[in-house]
Amino acid sequence: MTSDIALAGPDAANAEAEVLRKSPFAIRGLTVSYDQKPAVFSVDATIRPGQMTAIVGPNGAGKSTLLKAALGIVKPLSGQITSLGRPLAQEMHRIAYVPQRASVDWDFPVRVIDVVQMGLYREIGLLKRLSGGQKSKAMACLARVGMEDFAKRQIGQLSGGQQQRVFLARALAQDADLYLLDEPFAGVDAATEKAIIEVLKSLRAEGRTVVAVHHDLSTVPEYFDDVLLLNVRKIAEGPVAEVFTDAALEAAYGGRLASARITTNAATG
Amino acid sequence: MFWSALTFQLGYNATLVTLGATLLGVAAGVTGTFLYFRKRALVSDAISHATLPGVALAFIVMTMLGFDGRNLPGLLIGSAITAALGLYCVQWLSSRTRLTEDAAIGAVLSVFFGFGIVLLTVIQTMASGGQAGLESFLLGSTAGMLYSDAVLIAGGGALALALVVIFRRPMLMSAFDPEFARASGIDLNRTDLIMMGLVMGVTVIGLKIVGLILIVALLIIPPAAARFWSDRATNVVIIAGILGGIAGWSGASLSAVAPNLPTGPIIVLFAFALFAASMLLAPGRGLLMSALNHRRFQRAVHIRQGLVSLAQGQPIYEPLTLRLLQKAGLARADGVPTDDGRAQSSRVLRDEKRWEVARSDPAFEMAAARYDGLTQIEDVLTPDQITLIDTRIGAPSVVAQ
Amino acid sequence: MNGAEFVPLSLTPLLIGCLAAIACALPGNFLLLRRQALIGDAISHVVLPGIVAAFLIGGTIATLPMLLGAAGAAIVAVAMIEGIRRYGRIEPGAAMGVTFTTLFAAGVLLLEMSDTSGVHLDVEHALYGNLESLVWLDATGWGSLVDPTALAGLPPELFRIALVLVMIAALLVAFWRPLAISTFDEGFAATLGLPVTAIGLGLVIVSALAAVAAFDAVGSIIVIAMFICPPAAARLMTNRLGTQVALSVGFALIAAILGFVLAGYGPRWFGSIHAVSAAGMIATMSGVILALAALFGPARARST
Repeated sequence: MTSDIALAGPDAANAEAEVLRKSPFAIRGLTVSYDQKPAVFSVDATIRPGQMTAIVGPNGAGKSTLLKAALGIVKPLSGQITSLGRPLAQEMHRIAYVPQRASVDWDFPVRVIDVVQMGLYREIGLLKRLSGGQKSKAMACLARVGMEDFAKRQIGQLSGGQQQRVFLARALAQDADLYLLDEPFAGVDAATEKAIIEVLKSLRAEGRTVVAVHHDLSTVPEYFDDVLLLNVRKIAEGPVAEVFTDAALEAAYGGRLASARITTNAATG
Repeated sequence: MFWSALTFQLGYNATLVTLGATLLGVAAGVTGTFLYFRKRALVSDAISHATLPGVALAFIVMTMLGFDGRNLPGLLIGSAITAALGLYCVQWLSSRTRLTEDAAIGAVLSVFFGFGIVLLTVIQTMASGGQAGLESFLLGSTAGMLYSDAVLIAGGGALALALVVIFRRPMLMSAFDPEFARASGIDLNRTDLIMMGLVMGVTVIGLKIVGLILIVALLIIPPAAARFWSDRATNVVIIAGILGGIAGWSGASLSAVAPNLPTGPIIVLFAFALFAASMLLAPGRGLLMSALNHRRFQRAVHIRQGLVSLAQGQPIYEPLTLRLLQKAGLARADGVPTDDGRAQSSRVLRDEKRWEVARSDPAFEMAAARYDGLTQIEDVLTPDQITLIDTRIGAPSVVAQ
Repeated sequence: MNGAEFVPLSLTPLLIGCLAAIACALPGNFLLLRRQALIGDAISHVVLPGIVAAFLIGGTIATLPMLLGAAGAAIVAVAMIEGIRRYGRIEPGAAMGVTFTTLFAAGVLLLEMSDTSGVHLDVEHALYGNLESLVWLDATGWGSLVDPTALAGLPPELFRIALVLVMIAALLVAFWRPLAISTFDEGFAATLGLPVTAIGLGLVIVSALAAVAAFDAVGSIIVIAMFICPPAAARLMTNRLGTQVALSVGFALIAAILGFVLAGYGPRWFGSIHAVSAAGMIATMSGVILALAALFGPARARST
């Protein structure tokens, strides 16, 4: 990689290396395609540390695909993903991923607390038993999302919002520096949305980085510091105040903006 | 010999059986396609295994009533009854309990088949059971078939095919777009019932020739093979019928000249040969073509990405991109663009800019939907429209480097 | 029932039936939860071509080449299903159907065309085994259990299936957590660094191992029934994974014992001196257990 960068001159290479070293989550030249139709095309993005970033774009813009490809869950056609200058694949122990709620079978025979304890897997490994401290840590994570009373419930008995909170609690148990969330607010009730955003803000207060795929334009300025606007390509990235403009939204949403802007204005204006 | 069999010149019985197998193959291929589109191909596996206890029970009952236990119509009626029961169990388990359909299928097929085996061992101990020959229902056999049996199979195949032709429209609609079918006044439950009834019919008719373990192959393989040849549902149905017919015809013919080999496996292997050829060679979805397309696509993506980087004076990270650019004579090994590369990259950049404008303007929404990162905007918009866009961008600039 | 009759004629087939049932039920739990129940079906169908191929290449029916052949066939089948599904873009059920019918058909034809008259290898045996023949003729009664010379005459199938069961149980315990996590949430498991593809393939290989060892003794019909019915019945009884697996073992045991006893002694109650197929009866009993669980199981209804 260094030799390729050197091609553009030593100064550019050094500056780029410095940028990558600082960013907890940097994407370079990521292209993912399903059946020869690019879902994500040649995206570069540099997430700032200790901020909350929203990945925003219309349906089918490749938001979830971007996350999954970055994490190696789907195979990209090209691209490099780094965290603090090192390949992301080597830094997975500092990363917590919250998949879309609908991606798993909620009829699976486990209890809420079992799911949260999955977040401790890196600590306990194959055969070690959970220590008392680890058990109370899992409970504390559950309490942090307001679900401690549901610990013994079977996961299928939870509402959508409660399921999302359990997923968040599992990520909290991972004690990560970088949290990647795929549509954490999709189909949840207002109370859950509030609870989740409070937890995410507390993570930021602890100096951790939060990146969330988000579909509700109206809440972007309220919830997030930075935004990555995506529609197969990157449209814009940066602080919400600079990037979350009508022009950029129009570029991302095209003719579909009319309805999108109404919701934005209704909430912010 | 094989040729005479293929051309129906091997005696009356063999001709009838071959004809029956061909009709059965067509009916199975067509029926199977509806099943395939409903993503329920393996339900037929449960149905076919569930025929075994029916065959055995029918033999026991007929023998106890003093008739010939080997009477084919009687055995087939028995098989249809337990097949229907098995189908009902699959539906009940997957709708009334938390078990998924695949688990229900596996449970029903193994339990019914197991019970059938128990009954077969009971028959072996019966006085007249030693020569029952019911084992031939497992793998199919055309050897020693009675004239009346051959007529029954040929007639059954023709009937199944006729029913498929009659009910093709509602089945096609509900298989392809259930919501639309419902809105058009088609009773989905009844259509499903007809479809499953046909699956059962094909299974029962096929028991004697193909055998109950492998009859599902005729319902599953031809549709899967036909899928490679067309994206249009009607075409898939027709092609599946043709492929099924070919498999049945050639399999039964070969079996007629090799009476010691079980018929079912021969027909299945013919069907698979057709499947393998389709998967490999079909245009569009075939393996060969899609591998070529994928490679071409990946190279196009890399080159486009590389040209955009060159145009914007950004470094190229991917070794593959650089190699491809180099090979196309667009860049030197050290990443510096050639004259040709410079010209092309400025063209790509202009294309990108045009797309950006087109995609942000509601007036071009239709065209913007065709954006895939590779298509040139000239292929989508008229020259007039492009001129309009260009006035908004300004004159094309040449890359400086 | 006295030992002099029971020990030589019934003890070993009963034990083998029980061990085979448990060996299949254990991995079956995870196949069920991964919606891969029918992979078990496919595997048990392709064991036949694997064994026939091994026989044609090796020329003997020695155990090791047979096991290797069958395991190889299972891997070929899984690769074929995966290849057809992914590259042919055919839905998984149909991909499975194409694969196992083709391989089974090939196995049957190979078998019919080759000269296997000298060895104990035929389609019927492959389907429903011959549990009843696995007797222990060196035994004279319960005392033989401590008699080294008699023990040396135990049918080798017993050791084979016992060894496989111990291996499967050990693997299950060792990899319980990764298996559970990747079955529940594959994407999350991948971000934990778990090799999800290898885990999935490992489960299939273990299932194939169980199928091969059990097939040798009891035929493929028990294999399919035991992969699916005990775990499915257990799933309808509980919402805890550990309890489900434990219950499935219990159900497999009950089905094996009840089935064996009914097949051997049941017909006598109807005045017949002939026993019926034990393998078929064990499969039938597993179905009865599943039916009861489906009708009365406390966790039978879907929760979502």
